[in-house]
Formats: sequence, structure tokens, C-alpha cells
Amino acid sequence: MARAVKTQRRIITTIAAWTIGLIIFFPIFWTILTSFKTEAQAINDPPLFFTFDWTLENYAIVQERSDYMKFLWNSVIIAGGSTVLGILVAIPAAWSMAFVPSKWTKDILLWMLSTKMLPAVGVLYPISLLFVEFNLLDTRSGLMVVLMLINLPIIVWMLFTYFKEIPYEILEAARMDGAKFKEEIFYVLTPMAIPGIASTALLNFILAWNEAFWTLNLTAAKAAPLTAFIASYSSPEGLFFAKLSAASTMAIAPVLILGWFSQKQLVRGLTFGAVK
Amino acid sequence: MIFVPSWMGPLSAGKHHAMATKASRSTARIMMAPAVVLLLGWMLVPLIMTLYFSFKRYLPLRGDSLERGLEWVGFTNYSRFISSSSFWPSIQTTLIMVGGVLLITVVFGIVLAMLLDQPMWGQGFVRILVIAPFFVMPTVSALVWKNMLMDPVNGIFAHLWRFFGAEPVAWLQDASLGSIIALVSWQWLPFATLILLTATQSLDTEQLEAAEMDGAPVLKRFWYIVLPHLARAITIVILIQTIFLLSVFAEIFVTTGGAFGTRTLTYLIFQRVVDSQNIGLGSAGGVYAIILANIVAIFLMRIVGKNLDE
Repeated sequence: MARAVKTQRRIITTIAAWTIGLIIFFPIFWTILTSFKTEAQAINDPPLFFTFDWTLENYAIVQERSDYMKFLWNSVIIAGGSTVLGILVAIPAAWSMAFVPSKWTKDILLWMLSTKMLPAVGVLYPISLLFVEFNLLDTRSGLMVVLMLINLPIIVWMLFTYFKEIPYEILEAARMDGAKFKEEIFYVLTPMAIPGIASTALLNFILAWNEAFWTLNLTAAKAAPLTAFIASYSSPEGLFFAKLSAASTMAIAPVLILGWFSQKQLVRGLTFGAVK
Repeated sequence: MIFVPSWMGPLSAGKHHAMATKASRSTARIMMAPAVVLLLGWMLVPLIMTLYFSFKRYLPLRGDSLERGLEWVGFTNYSRFISSSSFWPSIQTTLIMVGGVLLITVVFGIVLAMLLDQPMWGQGFVRILVIAPFFVMPTVSALVWKNMLMDPVNGIFAHLWRFFGAEPVAWLQDASLGSIIALVSWQWLPFATLILLTATQSLDTEQLEAAEMDGAPVLKRFWYIVLPHLARAITIVILIQTIFLLSVFAEIFVTTGGAFGTRTLTYLIFQRVVDSQNIGLGSAGGVYAIILANIVAIFLMRIVGKNLDE
């Protein structure tokens, strides 16, 4: 009896959760589906679900007309470069804060976080001016540096929370065995820190990939990443739903897949350890 | 930017403290330097420039230039920014948008978190479906919603409306702010859900079961046990989202371009700087935006800071 009630309850929750999940996912599903239709089928009334001639021509057209690969490459370089730079700067900082805390550590961490709260639009002109001054406008390196700086607080913070979890007892044991400072870092601490560093890099790659204020305002043709590439579809010519869908699918697919691996890091990275 | 230190007191002496020797302390300082210097520069240089411009008349299109020197105008830009006819509407739009998105994401986030915490088949898969929108870049979300869903002729909503014999709605014109709220809520619901779900999972189930045995009805259990447990997570969601929502940009940029009553404070400043090239006025607006964000930030820092002591 009790078991039957339990099963019944489970069926109801399953149906409810799946329904809501599918509704939330629908816009993405619809975009992916439409990317395989022809332009005429894309606007067919009633909407076509699976009964259409699947085609890949939109992908070919998007690549041919707007050189998708160039924007993809820009996105990879900018997001990847800013993440690597950020990690390189953040590791020593997070390391020293986690293992050699001083009375200032907390203040520094919170202050770093506070720089993240600076509204971008408030400093749009100064940054543009500096970009013009240093010839960085519409360059990948300029954008790489800016995205590194806006994500640096999150990187430091995440690494700090990971490093803090490395148990001190292991270090003590290594020292008892006569490990030197260098050996301690390379053979004891680094292997334990690598998963945390990887997770941090992953989340920040995603954040940099999707950043859409500076990438829109500081690039034109040369260094524009996918965010700007997609924005160019906001003033359409003629029928374009299928092409828009193909372009969108290509822009989000890489990060959608990476994102599924980073669910847990998302909570840690964006709540600064305040929710566990 | 924010001067928080005094109320927080010294960092509690952790177990790592024992490691610190004098030599390692100075090494630690050197290791921290690059990050601190970079962020200090990133914060101070543009901020000082914005402050400087906000006290100047600076209209590049009318011949003002840095080389020839800018005219000092005191607080004129500040008062003009506030007294302009678009300022209060933009504040109102900002508040409605942020408030609307917060209300939707927190309420549905709680519902979804409670639901996803129940035993079911395919839980992992549903989780993936629910979280997916967070990873879609803002320009894609905005264009997909604008065209594929809300287009008054060919959008899915138009098809649905016609199917039920109703007149399709031109969403981004006739219900523009509501449409933006729906779109932004869709983007942020995954974040709220994920954090509230994480918090829900740390709930003490024994306490809930005991309450159930004592015959407490579902709503009471939710109100007196679940909600207080989630209180902190909800606060965190609200604060973090507020900071991000105050600077929503791409979603407006590619949908309405600030027209039809969707001009938020962020977008108004953007237009002053980029479209009308009034740098002084835009900078004064920027200072207001910075102050507004900091009011929210202080509360967030307080919670995060307390958490560091535990």
C-alpha cells in the first residue's frame, strides 16, 4: 500500500518535472530543429516538428556568407586566452591566501569581489579611450585582457575555495618525510589542486565565451567573437529563421556541452562559497 | 571601490596559520602582487577617468577634445542627467525589470528546486534541460526569443495564438518590457534553481519527516522548515542576480534597442556615451550607476564576509 503510493507519487513528479524541463528547454530545441529546415519550412504554419526534409544547407550558407570559422576562432582565442591569463595570475594569489593567510586576506578577497560589481557601462568611455590610445580597439589581445580582468575576481575566489580544502595534515606528513618546499609544491600540492584549477578554468571559459558587453562594444570586424557575429543577425534581410538558427546552434553548441560538465562549479563560482 | 574592512574584524586564525613563517609571508605578498596590482589598476584608472569626465563638458562632435583641454562644469552634468526627461522613466524601467525578473526567478526557482529534489526517473536529464538556458550567450537568447518565439507573424507564439483563434501579439512593441522580463527570467531561472537546489539538498530530512509524522500539513512544513532553511540561499540569489541584472545590455541591444519603454539606466548611459556622444553627461550617469550597484554590493559583501569566518 505504502509502496503503491510512493510509486504513484514518483510518476507524478516525473511527469511534472519532465514537462517543465521540456518547456524550459524548448527555445533551444526549436532553434536546433529549425536549423535543419529550409527557410520556407522554417516559417510554415502550422510549425513543422519532424516531418520536413532535413537539410544541412543553412550551415553551409552561414559559413560561406559570414565566415563563421573566423568568429569561432576569435571566440576560442579570446575566451581561452583570457582564461589562461587569469589562471596564471590567480594561482599564486589564491595559493598564498589559502596557505599563508594574514589579517588582510579576507579584506583583499572581498575587495577583489567588489571590483566585479563595477557596472561596465560606467567605465565604457574610459576603456574605449584607453583602447584607442594603445591601439587595442578590435584586437583579440585587448579583449583578452579585459575579459581576464573582469573574471579575475571569480577565478581567484574559486581557486581560493578549492585550495582551502586541501588538508593541512597531508602537508605535515610530507614534511615529516623530509619533503622540501619545492617538492611539497610539485609532488604534494599540485596533484591535489589540479581538479580545482580545471573546474575554475572551465567555468571561466564559459563566462568569457558568453560575455556580451565588451565584446560588442570593443570589436568591429577583425576581432569580433561569436557574440558579435550573432548580433549582426539582428537586422535581417528576407527570410532568415533557418540561417539564424544554424548560426545560433553553432555559437552555443560548444559551451552548452561544456556547461553540462560544470553545473557544480557554477554554484561555487558564482556564489563565492556562500552556498554549499 | 567599497570600503568594508572595519566591521569584519580579523580573519579567524585558521589551521593553515601554523604554516606561516616570516619568509613565507613575504613570498606570499609577492605572489599576491600581480593579481592585486592588475585589479587595482582595472578599478582605479577607468573610475578616476569617469569621475574626471563627469565634471567636464565633453562633446567630441562639437569640437571638444582632450588635447585642447575640457571645460570644467562642476555638477552640471549630474544635475542635467537627473533632470532630463528620460532619467526617471529609465529608473522606473530598471526597477520593474530587475524586480520582475527577481520575483519570477526566485518563485519558480523555489518550485523547481523542490520538484527536482523529489525522487523521479531521469532526474539528471531534467536537470540538464533546466540548466541549459544559462549557457546560451545573451545575443543568441535575445535573437531566438525575438524571432523564433515572439515574431508577430512567424513566431511560435503567433502560431499558438492563431491556433486558438486569437490575434497574434507584437510582443516587443506592445508588451515590450514584459517580453524583456520573460527573456531575462528564462536566462536566469537556471541559476536560481541550481543554487536553491543545492541549498535544498542540505536540508535535514529527519526534521521534515518528524514534522510530517506530527501531522504538519505540507504548506506549514514548507513555511516553517523549508523556507527558513532556504532564506540565505534566496538572499544570495537576489543579491547576485541584482548586480548582473542592473547591467543587462545585449538583450535590449538586439531586441528593442531601448525603444518602447525598455530603456534601462544602463542603456540610457550607453546611448548618452555612444549615440549622442555626450561623454560628460554619460560619465555622470555612469557614476550614478556605480553608486546604485554599490548599494546592492555592500549587502552581498556582508553575507559573503560573514561566511568566510565560519
